[in-house]
Amino acid sequence: MIDPTIPRVSSMLLLDAEGKRIAVKYYTPEWSTVPAQSTFEKSVFAKTSRTTAARGEVDITLFDEVVVVFKFIGDLMFYIVGTQDENELILSQVLTGFCEAISLLLRGAVEKKTVLENLDLVLLAMDEIIDGGLILETDSTTIASRVTMRGAENETPLAEQTLSQAFASAKEQIARSLLK
Amino acid sequence: MASTAQDPSAPLLRGDKKEEDRDDETEFSPFFGIEKGLVLQEARIFNSPHIDARRCQQVITKLLYLLCQGETFSKKEASEVFFSVTKLFQNKDSNLRRMVYLVIKDVCPSADEVIIITSSLMKDMNSKTDLYRANAIRVLCSILDSQLLGQIERYLKQGIVDKSPVVSSAVLVSAVHLLEGNSEIVKRWTNEIQEAQHSTHSMVQFHAVALLHALRANDRLAVSKLVSDLIKSSVRSPLAQCLLVRYVAQVIAESTAAPTGETRPFYDFLESCLRHKAEMVIFEAARAICNMRNVTLRELLPAVTVLQLFLSSSKPVLRFAAVRNINKVAQTNPGAVVNCNLDMEALISDSNRSIATLAITTLLKTSTEGSVERLLKQMTSFMSDIPDEFKIVVVEAIRTLCLKFPQKYRALMNFLSNVLREDGGFDFKKAIVDSVLILIREIPEAKEPGLAHLCEFIEDCEFTYLSTQILHLLGLEGPKTKEPAKYIRYIYNRIILENATVRAAAVSSLAKYGALVPELRPRISILLQRALHDNDDEVRDRATLYLRELGGLNGSTPSQTDYIDLNWTLPNKNLETCLRQYLENGATQPFDLAVVPAAAAEKPRVDLATKGKGASTMANGPTPSSTKQEPAAADYTSQLRAIPQFAMYGELFKSCAAQQLTEEETEYSILCIKHIFDAHVVFQFDCTNTVQEQVLQDVNVIIDLAEAEEFEEEVLVPLARMAYGDVGQCWAAFSKPAGALTTGRFVNTLRSRVKEIDPSTGEEEEEGYEDDYQLEDLELAAADYIKAEAVSNFRNAWEAAEAESEMTDDYGLGVKDSLQDAVEAVIAILGLRACEGSDAVPPNARSHTVLLSGLLVGGVQVLVRMMFGIDMTRNVAMKLVVRSDCMETSEAIHYIIQNA
Repeated sequence: MIDPTIPRVSSMLLLDAEGKRIAVKYYTPEWSTVPAQSTFEKSVFAKTSRTTAARGEVDITLFDEVVVVFKFIGDLMFYIVGTQDENELILSQVLTGFCEAISLLLRGAVEKKTVLENLDLVLLAMDEIIDGGLILETDSTTIASRVTMRGAENETPLAEQTLSQAFASAKEQIARSLLK
Repeated sequence: MASTAQDPSAPLLRGDKKEEDRDDETEFSPFFGIEKGLVLQEARIFNSPHIDARRCQQVITKLLYLLCQGETFSKKEASEVFFSVTKLFQNKDSNLRRMVYLVIKDVCPSADEVIIITSSLMKDMNSKTDLYRANAIRVLCSILDSQLLGQIERYLKQGIVDKSPVVSSAVLVSAVHLLEGNSEIVKRWTNEIQEAQHSTHSMVQFHAVALLHALRANDRLAVSKLVSDLIKSSVRSPLAQCLLVRYVAQVIAESTAAPTGETRPFYDFLESCLRHKAEMVIFEAARAICNMRNVTLRELLPAVTVLQLFLSSSKPVLRFAAVRNINKVAQTNPGAVVNCNLDMEALISDSNRSIATLAITTLLKTSTEGSVERLLKQMTSFMSDIPDEFKIVVVEAIRTLCLKFPQKYRALMNFLSNVLREDGGFDFKKAIVDSVLILIREIPEAKEPGLAHLCEFIEDCEFTYLSTQILHLLGLEGPKTKEPAKYIRYIYNRIILENATVRAAAVSSLAKYGALVPELRPRISILLQRALHDNDDEVRDRATLYLRELGGLNGSTPSQTDYIDLNWTLPNKNLETCLRQYLENGATQPFDLAVVPAAAAEKPRVDLATKGKGASTMANGPTPSSTKQEPAAADYTSQLRAIPQFAMYGELFKSCAAQQLTEEETEYSILCIKHIFDAHVVFQFDCTNTVQEQVLQDVNVIIDLAEAEEFEEEVLVPLARMAYGDVGQCWAAFSKPAGALTTGRFVNTLRSRVKEIDPSTGEEEEEGYEDDYQLEDLELAAADYIKAEAVSNFRNAWEAAEAESEMTDDYGLGVKDSLQDAVEAVIAILGLRACEGSDAVPPNARSHTVLLSGLLVGGVQVLVRMMFGIDMTRNVAMKLVVRSDCMETSEAIHYIIQNA
């Protein structure tokens, strides 16, 4: 059993405006099956989607013995779920790190379409924020640079690349920037 | 969709897709129409000699998308994916590599396959690139076994002090996960972890502190030392500081309470954290102070002050956290948070309804008699726009308030009846009706207005359950009011307008007016007569019965109004058993209600009231379980009553738990239940024959009293016939000195006439043979004569008891897992009831006092006070003090412990 004094996150959800899941991670056995997860997501969505809080503001609710901090950006809903005894402000910091990292990675285009197109980045970001329920990192810049492997140079220096390799990588980079 | 929700293996995807088709929502998605089979086929490109990194990355993303949508891969599919993914380790593209790390964690390979990637991962662990090192460590630690851990321990140890924060965090977090099962190995890294604790990177510091504590969590001394070190060395990371606050709170909770007036150790530290620059630390500290045991007003004040500041923050999370804490403090220390009331009132209109509800309930807890009306006015608008679940919380708070300020019942009752008229679901309405019922019961003046509100409510109530409940109450309470006649219209309207269940309830309710108020009787009879033509059987039957009981239309005096179930105290269960027996015996004579045992007709009203109070004080602790045992006891009483020989033994004192006298899966199964009377002991043997080919007759349990000399056999009641699968009883009764705790050992033999059954014809043989069957011995211990019985106020009872009867002794209980175990064991031996919740040992307590009470056979009260202590080696010692009516009884209690 993990030391109970360590702050923990029970789950991390990214849903669309209709409550359908885009990317989710669960860290407790409580929601180990898909139906249990789906029921939970439905109730989270039902409890939070009609909130009157300004969009883009971190909001909070408590139900069924879990604390849910959430934030709506565009047509996306970001959630961090913790146990009811968890320090709400810690969960809120995790959520802020999550949202801001996604925003950095998607260059501000935080909407369902771009998220789906760059789902790899979103999944990696989630992996860099929480490790098995423990908070790994909450600073958005750090998260984003770890996701994009900044600093991990390709081991073949540019000079040694063959022409076709260089061409391919250039093409790819152009294609990527066009997609964004 | 419904079908997907029920099938645990079905992914969410399928349902969604259909919906999308139906909605014709052609929103662009790169995953539109994605199919597992195709993706798995695509995954073959991982094996191709010319790897297109970008393409591979897309396929991995698709695989992860499928997993994320709840799709599952079969073992074969997963291992295929896993094997092909491992090929990508050769690739130089760092982004692709990062995806590979991710997918390996999700496509969790089985243990025998892990070996394929360990060498690649170990190579990456030594890579020059920090991110490769970090990721490889995380992946490896999530899949390794302890043997492999031994191999890579060296690298992990180095990793902790790596210059790169991402590497050290990766090792530290993985180590927290690894602790389970590998704590010995992780312990060897303590020096490195301590170094990391002083890291300049805040996350590394946080992870190092968390790990250090996790390593020492079971050692109180080490934790105290860690806390002192950390306080001295000044922690930079806010998260680590939060951890430190938690540890300090733990240390405070475990330390023995300081004498009043003296500051607690470390309180100053918590208070200084209230001035920390990070809000999360401030809040953690405030929360820790509020949760301290026996916290004083003076200690609370600084914490409440910062929480009050949070109340007016612009961030909902801060407001929520603060109001939730203040709400908790208000339960125990309402005086400490009164200053926040103004800020709280502002929160009633908060856009976050959770915050508003918490604010309201807090205000209701702290409000004074004078402020109730103002508060209610503010709440009326609030109630209309919150969901039902919040409304229920508010209604419960109102009920508590009303019980606190009975003089304010009028305003509060009006509020309840107003919200009762609003729209709402069953649970909400039920909460209100329950509250009104409790208020009517508790506050006599509130009865008439309450009944009037309820009458109005049933005029337009869509819930049958609530209508019948209210009609029943009207029948009970209405006739006792000054003007019973005014309720009749409401009740009769139900007979005209409602469904059959409600109509039947209304008929019963009306009949009670007829029975209790002679002036109304003729009018009631007329009304009841109209129900005679009802199209529902039950309604007609009830009307006919009551009309007859009321003396029909001619106005003659009724014979037995008792039967209009006014004094119906017989427990339904008892009645049911008696009726069953009656039918089994052939139903030759008219059934006599007098044979139904009326015992266990516990006063449900008292029960309801305590339940109401329990809910209103928000006490979640279990209510005394005395009611739970009643049905079983009642059952035995009815069985005992069926045997005339036991009639003169008097009131049953106690029935012990059933005890098996045979081993499992033998020919017979015999259960024994010991019934204790003042001067007698009755053994009930529940016998079951488990052999199909035989039937037993004249079954008796023969008891040898050689080791129970003080007992004298009185009667043996044999069981006439014991057929396959039936449970029957035979009995044995003994007399003993009245009121004494006579102990002894009983040697039992089952004696019967066995008759074989011919399996082909099913006929029994004529003669049969005598058979003796050895049963296990029974023991009657002193604890059997003790009945757990709570006292309402232990201290008063203790002081009232004879001080001269007090007897003290010390006992060593040996090594126990925890104090709680020791406490439970001793309570079980004594069979006494713990008072004031003292049977729950606070976590990590080193000493504990338990208060017990109970009755001894003969009705002697026994009070016990036990002091427990546990030392570092888990040795438990106990001091036992007993008070009762005389020295002998106290000695007897000690004797039980000595012999246990």
